[in-house]
Amino acid sequence: MAACSVEELLAKAEQEEAEKLKTISVQKELDLDFDVGNLLACDKNRIESRDFKEQKKEDFLRALARDNTQLLINEIWKLPTERVEEAIVAKLPEPATRLPREKPPPKPKPPTKWEQFAKLKGIQKKKKTNMVWDETRVAKNEFNRLKNIARAQKIKTPGVGLLPRTKQSKDELSRAVSVAKTSTASAGRFQDRLPKEKPPKNAGKRRKFEPLIGDFSSEKQKQLELLKVMDSKRPKLDITKAVNKQMREEDREEAASKRKGRKGGAAGRPKGKGGKGKGGRAGGGKAGGGGKRRGKPGKR
Amino acid sequence: MRPLTDEETKAMFEKLSKYIGENIKLLVDRPDGTYCFRLHHDRVYYMSEKILKLATNFSRDKLISVGTCFGKFTKTQKFRLHITALDFLAPYAKFKVWVKPGAEQSFLYGNHVLKSGLGRITENTMQYQGVVVYSMADVPLGFGVAAKTTQECRRVDPLSIVVFHQADVGEFIRNEDTLT
Repeated sequence: MAACSVEELLAKAEQEEAEKLKTISVQKELDLDFDVGNLLACDKNRIESRDFKEQKKEDFLRALARDNTQLLINEIWKLPTERVEEAIVAKLPEPATRLPREKPPPKPKPPTKWEQFAKLKGIQKKKKTNMVWDETRVAKNEFNRLKNIARAQKIKTPGVGLLPRTKQSKDELSRAVSVAKTSTASAGRFQDRLPKEKPPKNAGKRRKFEPLIGDFSSEKQKQLELLKVMDSKRPKLDITKAVNKQMREEDREEAASKRKGRKGGAAGRPKGKGGKGKGGRAGGGKAGGGGKRRGKPGKR
Repeated sequence: MRPLTDEETKAMFEKLSKYIGENIKLLVDRPDGTYCFRLHHDRVYYMSEKILKLATNFSRDKLISVGTCFGKFTKTQKFRLHITALDFLAPYAKFKVWVKPGAEQSFLYGNHVLKSGLGRITENTMQYQGVVVYSMADVPLGFGVAAKTTQECRRVDPLSIVVFHQADVGEFIRNEDTLT
């Protein structure tokens, strides 16, 4: 009995295996064409029109689709796989079929003005590279090596200078020049400059400003002091005004004496508007208006 | 935004003193609150400290204007007074010029003031003195520079310029985009 049951079990197991394999393996007359990169499978097998005509169209189509999909999946399983976050991923090869364009090909653009001009003049595009073969590379490497040794052993080395090279770069040269200029007793302020050389832009220092919300009272104090200084600096005595005033007074006296002479002792004209004090409105010391000021009670 | 440096403060005070003289200290030191000058994008703004503290919440590129704009510093660090400062210049002005009603319109369009349009002028005005221009009804219209002294103004012919135009309230409409 046991032997029977074992045989039965084995047979059953075999049957189940066959069943499983049946679902996995598909028999076809002609093998399919696979383009796994595009996940494409082409079935060239003939379709019996008989199957199609019967009522079981849907079932036939479904079965066909299932078989072909199974074959495609089998092909995918043949590819090398890797595990990405608990999912097995197959690495697809490059797609074999060339797909048609999505959009129409671009139309040739009309040449730009420069392109037209270049064609006219026969100008070709020249690529300029910054790279120039430098023969003194070895020397530079050696120099750096020695500098590193000096630094490691704490030997003093000069700070700036030009490396002996065939072609110095522009900014290295300009930096060396500015350093040389600045290393004088007065920090380069009185160094002569070449005729067309521009004055240094003060590249080093950054300006420092007061904080935005500083001490308001100290700010006020500073401003008031500044105003006081400005006031004191302004000339209190305006020379032209004083001269004019003097001239006017003299004129008046003359006129008064003349009139006295003419009217025979009539009371002298009362003096006109006394006029301006000496510490008057100083308009920045600018030259006063021309002409003597008459003491007329004029426009206010 | 930052406070003005000493040179900038000096330049600005020099300019302001041309118009209001020593009354600047009434702007600096006010009894009704702490007011200060701050520089933002080359423009000088006058504001109370309360407004300043509120303005610190804006980033530099988003902040357009704070308080009253007094003027701006040009590329060569010269200070140029704008019409927006008129409210603070008018009450403290030292030298004033009153303009006849007929010539008001002309001044508000940006023209200089001619002798024919001159109503009154403060006595003792020096030549090239900063003046504030008023209408006959004592409404401040703008400011300018006296082209002639008061004495000369009496003698010259009616078509000569007596006040050079610097800023007028018509600019609020004409230069709306550039005033901040």
